[in-house]
Amino acid sequence: MPLRQWLARSRPLPGSPASACVEVDAGDWLAAAGDVAAAGGQLLALWATPATRAAARDARVHAALLHNAGLLVLELRLPDAQSRYPGLQGLFPAAARMQRAAADLAGVYPDDEDTRPWLRHAAWPALAHPLREPVAAIEPAALAADDYAFRRVEGEGVHEVPVGPVHAGIIEPGHFRFSIVGEKVLRLEERLGYVHKGIERRFQDLGLEEGRRLAARVSGDSAVAYSWAYCQALEGLAHATVPPRALWLRALCLELERMQNHLGDLGALGNDAGFAFGLAQFSRLKEELLRAVEAALGQRYLFDAVVPGGMAVDVDAAQQRALAQCLAGIGREVLNLRNIYDEHAGVQDRFVGAGRVAPELARRLGLIGLAGRASGQELDLRADRPWQPYDVLAPAKCVQSAGDVAARVSVRFEELQVSIRLATRLLGELPAGTVRVPVPSPPAGLGIGLIEGWRGPVLVALEVDARGAIARCHPHDPSWQNWPVLEHAILGNIVPDFPLINKSFNLSYSGHDL
Amino acid sequence: MLKTLRTVIATGIVSEAPPLADEALRVREALPAKVREVLGRALCIRHVDAGSCNGCELEIHALNNPLYNIEGLGIRFVASPRHADLLLVTGPVSRHMALALRRTYEAMPDPKLVVALGDCGCTGGIFGESYASCGRVAHVIPVDVVVPGCPPSPLRILQGILTAVSAPATGRVAHGP
Repeated sequence: MPLRQWLARSRPLPGSPASACVEVDAGDWLAAAGDVAAAGGQLLALWATPATRAAARDARVHAALLHNAGLLVLELRLPDAQSRYPGLQGLFPAAARMQRAAADLAGVYPDDEDTRPWLRHAAWPALAHPLREPVAAIEPAALAADDYAFRRVEGEGVHEVPVGPVHAGIIEPGHFRFSIVGEKVLRLEERLGYVHKGIERRFQDLGLEEGRRLAARVSGDSAVAYSWAYCQALEGLAHATVPPRALWLRALCLELERMQNHLGDLGALGNDAGFAFGLAQFSRLKEELLRAVEAALGQRYLFDAVVPGGMAVDVDAAQQRALAQCLAGIGREVLNLRNIYDEHAGVQDRFVGAGRVAPELARRLGLIGLAGRASGQELDLRADRPWQPYDVLAPAKCVQSAGDVAARVSVRFEELQVSIRLATRLLGELPAGTVRVPVPSPPAGLGIGLIEGWRGPVLVALEVDARGAIARCHPHDPSWQNWPVLEHAILGNIVPDFPLINKSFNLSYSGHDL
Repeated sequence: MLKTLRTVIATGIVSEAPPLADEALRVREALPAKVREVLGRALCIRHVDAGSCNGCELEIHALNNPLYNIEGLGIRFVASPRHADLLLVTGPVSRHMALALRRTYEAMPDPKLVVALGDCGCTGGIFGESYASCGRVAHVIPVDVVVPGCPPSPLRILQGILTAVSAPATGRVAHGP
């Protein structure tokens, strides 16, 4: 059955434009996912919701699939306490870890091969599922290490290097198991879940308004993307119309967030290539930007700028001018620094060819976002599936095909300039009017928020119950797609290049571990 | 090379004066004067993210930029707890990180200081305590100084670090959250 027949059967979902949901049984689940895959679509997110006895609802598994014309959410019901469903790993390799996480949290299991836990270490027993059990029923386990079945590489001269969870730097925790010969990496296996702090469960304790605060803290470096995605889902459900000025300010914040992260990463990447000058210069520029943002919007990092119904902050004409002036200055300095990076033989020697992900591999594994665009995967939701106000802004896409560290650096340099141009335009043409409207209590239902954050597409699936409370909220970070690809990017490289390659992706641990 | 040098010269020295210590952040008795004198001039910090959203990390990074120039004060971040005098901890402590945090703390030589960072480190923050979160840092290891904020600014973080190694103003220990 071609994709359009599934679309014909689907009902529209509130929130992100061109989103729809189709209810399927186990056979249709695989068929529909297969049709999306055959049409060149990809898996954006997969999550599960356990059965609730109180509301007499079956357990459900959702898969959000991106296709040419929009987003299709498959909803699979598992009636009669059934807990097995057909896994999607064969169609979309990125599904594997999402399914393992859904098994840990909700107690529904794919029929795929890898049955190891993913987000669950030793904090709770295998038979307890945090989204299913009443909180009091989960016995907090003693603080203990657990045994994880890493895949072993055997042969003469092969040995393992375990790294983490505490890393030798100011970064988030995770474990990397390298199997190496000499310095060359034969295999890398990641183990994540160390910063799992129960975010999805926590959403269910919060009101809709407070949920926005938690969404902004799923991955702090993408606070604007997450809070916007959350608000988009909620506003869609509640039929609230956000004023144009608020939409433009949200886009301004999203672009500022992109700039902050790109400036930070470009400095850190120079540093990891042994060029401390780069870190000094870019971290200085980033600080200038943060201070200008604080002067204009009252916060260095925009954790609490985007709120349901609009914006919590506004800018006046003088603040607009000052911020635009700062951006122009940063744009000029970045051009100069790009010249210096490009002409620096030592830096280029480390960047070029390191951590290469060829476009074909990237397509097969579903590499997404910034890292995807450095490997020829063109998707940028701002240009390809624009939501307001990006439908008017029509930003340029920055795509490279080499797929190495140099390409990911290049995409950052180019996106930085595009973001500066966008932000300058947004500041110059801000519509007049109010920045916030009240949001009425939404009816029960599922809403979808989908925003292209600096790292890639950020999705928030928000389900509201009949009392207007959060029944389920699943935030999805593009890191889910990209972490497994990092295991491929490092192959054949040397261990000392790992920090550089890892930084060039700069994936989120918190956004993934939830 | 010439371009690099020209940029360095054009930038000049942008470092700013450090903030003063803030006694209100202290939650445990200060170290003896003799120890403080030694640490105060060459402090080594080990950072552990025990479950943060990575917001606090962004602001810790800022301490190394030329404006805050933390190394200019004789303070640096080190790669091993064995080399560290002070442990800087962010996040509510996730249950999955509690053991690693405790082991990192135990691996540090005495005397050791702990600064808990951000609303989460101080109180558990929006994540609170749950099947997956132990809540505030003090639930897992002893804490000397707390720096609230979401995230706290680099100046506040620096203030917290300087408070940990400075003399107590009145000898009385304030009681934090």
